[in-house]
Amino acid sequence: MNINLTLIGQSITFLVFVWFCMKFVWPPVMGALREREKNIADGLAAAERGEHEQELAEKRAAKKLHEAKQQAGEIIALAQKRAGEIVDEAKMDARTEGERLVTAARSEIDQEVNRAKEALRKQVAGIAVAGASKVLEREIDESTHGEILDKLMAEI
Amino acid sequence: MSSEALTSAQYIKHHLTNWTFGRHTNGHWGFAGNADEIKEMGFMSINVDTMFWSIFLGVFFLWMFRKAAKKAEAGVPGKLQNFVEWIVEFIDTSVRGSFSARNAIVAPLSLTIFVWVFLMNLMDLVPVDWLPLFAGWVGQTFFGIDPHHVYFRVVPSADPNATFGMAFSVFFLVLFYSIKIKGIGGFAGELTLQPFQSKNKLVMALFIPINFLLEFVSLIAKPISLSLRLYGNMYAGEMIFILIAMMYSANIGMGIFGGFLQLGWAIFHILIITLQAFIFMTLTIVYLEMAHHDH
Repeated sequence: MNINLTLIGQSITFLVFVWFCMKFVWPPVMGALREREKNIADGLAAAERGEHEQELAEKRAAKKLHEAKQQAGEIIALAQKRAGEIVDEAKMDARTEGERLVTAARSEIDQEVNRAKEALRKQVAGIAVAGASKVLEREIDESTHGEILDKLMAEI
Repeated sequence: MSSEALTSAQYIKHHLTNWTFGRHTNGHWGFAGNADEIKEMGFMSINVDTMFWSIFLGVFFLWMFRKAAKKAEAGVPGKLQNFVEWIVEFIDTSVRGSFSARNAIVAPLSLTIFVWVFLMNLMDLVPVDWLPLFAGWVGQTFFGIDPHHVYFRVVPSADPNATFGMAFSVFFLVLFYSIKIKGIGGFAGELTLQPFQSKNKLVMALFIPINFLLEFVSLIAKPISLSLRLYGNMYAGEMIFILIAMMYSANIGMGIFGGFLQLGWAIFHILIITLQAFIFMTLTIVYLEMAHHDH
């Protein structure tokens, strides 16, 4: 065990190596390691974010779909209701039109009946006058007895 | 193998002697020819093999990591970058686990310690005779030196100079940050005002030297234990490899048995060298953590 100048030489060598390692080896290697760690962490975070966003988008899409379905249902219900209304309206219109036609026809019939009655009445009066004149043989003056005849006609 | 002309003791001694450059007793500088000359040189000498291998391995480590660091990017990493990042991540986790303050030097320091110590320890797994024999061959062929006098130790961390050098550097950093964070007063207080405390001023004054003695020993024990632990483990590991290697020169039966022993010990040693590098690093982190906080 000879202690000699080697001791000092080794100390200097050692410190020089440490200095070199500290200046030129450790920082770049550590820097690369840290950077890669950061990159990986960023990548993982981005992936997670993407996943989260996808989840959100899926939820949004599902919601939209649900809404659309609901809207379609509403529209269909509305249309059905409207169709019912239209049918009802048409029915109502038809009924009023029918009633109107019936009323018009009825009034026409009434008029026709009245007209026929009038004509009949006139004919009856004529027949009656003719009959009476035949019976009386000119005893009855048409102008004299016109008043009486008119009364009779009104009574018939 | 190389012990043909050597006794076992000489063989072991040859393996445990450093290739040393230093000042001879006559004042000239040169390589030491044998262990006695090294002893005579004393402190004014340097272990060339330890320096060479530690610097070679350290430069290899920094070159490899720098290569990966230059190309480091956040994209898909290549094989080298992956490997480097794996180690850096491991060190970073260890530092974060036991160091709570903010200090940019601690993590690179830990990385350097771990990888460098690991590589130096790894030299223990190179069969003990290979590199010394090669060095002996080079010495004999190109420099005409007797290979028995070419000394070449290849495990820098089995040289106490290397482990003490590192541990003292760490200790220097501990002292530096202790004073920087707590101030000289705070650091001195930490050394003298605990663990024994008293409200009575006279008793407290009596406690101060006792506290200082206890705290100083525990402070100085840090670098000593740090370096001796690594040195002891590696030295013992190397010694066992040398002892196993000696079996090869006995006879063929012993040689085969030694081969299995070497394999087993080498596999076990993989655990030890990694563990020692990790312990050195962890204790460094812990010591620096203590320097940053009052305890």
